[in-house]
Amino acid sequence: MKERMNIVIVGHVDHGKSTLVGRLLADTNSLPQGKLEQVKRTCETNSKPFEYAFLLDALVDEQAQGITIDTARIFFKSPKREYIIIDAPGHIEFLKNMISGAARAEAAILLIDAHEGIAENSKRHAYMLSMLDIKQVIVAVNKMDLVNYDEAIFDGIKKDYTEFLNEIDIKPIAFVPLAARQGINIIAGSNTIQWYNGPSILELIDTFRKEKEDNQNNFRMFVQGIYKFTEDGDDRRIIAGTVNSGALNVGDEVIFLPSEKTSTVKSIEIYGKDSPLRAGSEEAIGITLSTQVYVKHSELLCRTDEPQPHTTDRFKANIFWMGRKSLQHDKRYKLKIGTKKVDLFLENIESVLDASHLEKSNGRKEIQRHEVAHCVFRTASPVSFDLIEEVKTTSRFVIVDGYDIAGGGIIVEALEHAYNVNIEKASPDLSAFELELKDLIVKYFPHWDINI
Amino acid sequence: MDYLDKLEAHSIYILREAYREFKNLAMLWSIGKDSTVLLWLAKKAFFGHVPFPLVHIDTAYKIPEMIEYRNKLSIEWKINLIVGQNKTALQNKQTFPDGAVDRLACCKLLKTEALRNTLSGEWKRFKLDHYTGQFIEDENREQYTGVIVGVRADEEGSRSKERYFSPRDKNNDWDVGDQPPELWNQFKTDFAPGTHVRIHPLLDWTELNIWEYLDRENIPIIPLYFDRGNGKRYRSLGCYPCTKPVESNAKNVKEIILELKSGKFANIAERAGREQDKEGGGTLEELRRDGYM
Ligand SMILES: Nc1nc2c(ncn2[C@@H]2O[C@H](COP(=O)(O)OP(=O)(O)O)[C@@H](O)[C@H]2O)c(=O)[nH]1
Repeated sequence: MKERMNIVIVGHVDHGKSTLVGRLLADTNSLPQGKLEQVKRTCETNSKPFEYAFLLDALVDEQAQGITIDTARIFFKSPKREYIIIDAPGHIEFLKNMISGAARAEAAILLIDAHEGIAENSKRHAYMLSMLDIKQVIVAVNKMDLVNYDEAIFDGIKKDYTEFLNEIDIKPIAFVPLAARQGINIIAGSNTIQWYNGPSILELIDTFRKEKEDNQNNFRMFVQGIYKFTEDGDDRRIIAGTVNSGALNVGDEVIFLPSEKTSTVKSIEIYGKDSPLRAGSEEAIGITLSTQVYVKHSELLCRTDEPQPHTTDRFKANIFWMGRKSLQHDKRYKLKIGTKKVDLFLENIESVLDASHLEKSNGRKEIQRHEVAHCVFRTASPVSFDLIEEVKTTSRFVIVDGYDIAGGGIIVEALEHAYNVNIEKASPDLSAFELELKDLIVKYFPHWDINI
Repeated sequence: MDYLDKLEAHSIYILREAYREFKNLAMLWSIGKDSTVLLWLAKKAFFGHVPFPLVHIDTAYKIPEMIEYRNKLSIEWKINLIVGQNKTALQNKQTFPDGAVDRLACCKLLKTEALRNTLSGEWKRFKLDHYTGQFIEDENREQYTGVIVGVRADEEGSRSKERYFSPRDKNNDWDVGDQPPELWNQFKTDFAPGTHVRIHPLLDWTELNIWEYLDRENIPIIPLYFDRGNGKRYRSLGCYPCTKPVESNAKNVKEIILELKSGKFANIAERAGREQDKEGGGTLEELRRDGYM
């Protein structure tokens, strides 16, 4: 069986992303039969010039406006493997869509228009990739035909952009000169660009490495549910979840956090299969325990023989904000980390970063849409998590404002519980006694699932 | 893990999130191969059980074998089957081609309208009684707020833009331009009263993946997909006036996989046999915005 890889293409609007994707599809024969001809015919009938981008713009809306609004998943095959290309919109309006697309990717192509040069979104998008921890990056310098395939211009972009990328901790695998519309350097090398002997973009894409499952790390699993389906006399009480990292064995002693309840793994359950003795990262499993413990879904399951995650109600994080309303103090948000949901308050904004110039500003009172910031947060009850350099999937979170996911972030530092921080301001209806009582209930009776 | 393992694990994750987050959860069941895989994944996610109802919109024009198969499997697998139908349109003969409306209007009435009103509980729902094998009126008329649907991104343009959790407003409308962000397995699970969320566990699967998985897991599938001697089989199932079988000699799952990989269908879109996709650009897109699956 062939492998499958998700890659995202990002870049400033009009730099040629959709054209590149259209070309890749057409030139690798990944299009449904007749599609190319059909689109060409439609163009002729409407007497507008054919664009490879039209192949993707299946939506009525997009054809009318001529820009990519939302990310589209496109399937295509190289001789080596199968890809899902995520074509992410370049317009700043649609940054949240670009982020949604990029968050699913394992590797990225950053596209820059040689004629126009490095644009604001070339930098902002790169910064987002770095925050999303996408380390494998190829830079495609497109529209080389518009600059007469001039090597000096290519080199200039390469030098400046490499400098920027290094500052944000991205080491690009390669820079490749392209003319997507003309099909140059897409599948095979070309004679048009004499000074470039390197691989084509498709060959470069095939060099992306597939990341292995994180089995060596500490075992972590956010509990998704505790099931007891009594139908047909099934009396198993199954704790279900998908392993975030590490591995778990039958017989391991486990601890649920933050409740600190412990037990031993009696069995690992997978429907339709013999119970395995071991389960690893990314597997969707269920476990039964040798003793009855009452825990909530949303607890973080860990092994007692391994280093524990952090459990606290304060942390520092890098976040990006996508909400229409700005992120403010004195307002109750919801944190979602793994399967855990808890009330969240912004305690302090340490700095706000302009992602396209890497300039920091301090003393800010709120965080606007599309800004990136370094902040201290506080939760209404303790949360268990890891830091980004420890376990990625248990350090990433989103912030919900009202009904919508409005921000995303990664935890970079765990902080101590601060008794002097006054959260009454944010929840004026709770007295100190009530808060203490709530903490005790959350700790000792998590299955009551109280939410204040 | 190979890529089918990964697809499976991710779909199970989505199903379990949906089950925890939505009190009134249902799965749409079209009887086809994608729904069948979805149902199997639900059994895997919940250790042999299917802990929510399966809703089927019966247009009364489905290939009869589909209905037989649906009822039989529901009883065998102890599925809570709920059926919805646009009885008024059927009575008034607002159908195609034997009635008074065109293809698109027929789709809108028998599928979109029926779906909207069945999900919201405005129209009667009918429930399979496992003892008698008959349908009885379902007393539960609560709105389903989470609806699991087996659409795949590779099917056609508009589906390639879907989120795993996709909000629909009161009229079932889908705002493609303003979809919620979705990152790192965090989905939109909060929604305003009156709205609902469509959940798409199969988004990343291709047609080929579906068949490979059916093969690997040995999942029973409706035989309409196979050539049973006349050199024809269905590649996609729908209403009989608008779905044509394709010429093919594939007699089992393995032969279908071979045909998709290297045979004559390697580069032909799956819905090529569905007429409603062809009428002018963006027809299916238009249907989908109105809540068509
Ligand atoms: N001259 C030239 N134009 C190109 C090239 N690639 C794309 N374009 C044009 O640039 C415009 C924007 O391309 P598009 O792919 O829609 O950009 P996107 O917004 O990044 O997806 C279109 O008119 C393309 O034809 C290229 O290599 N050379």
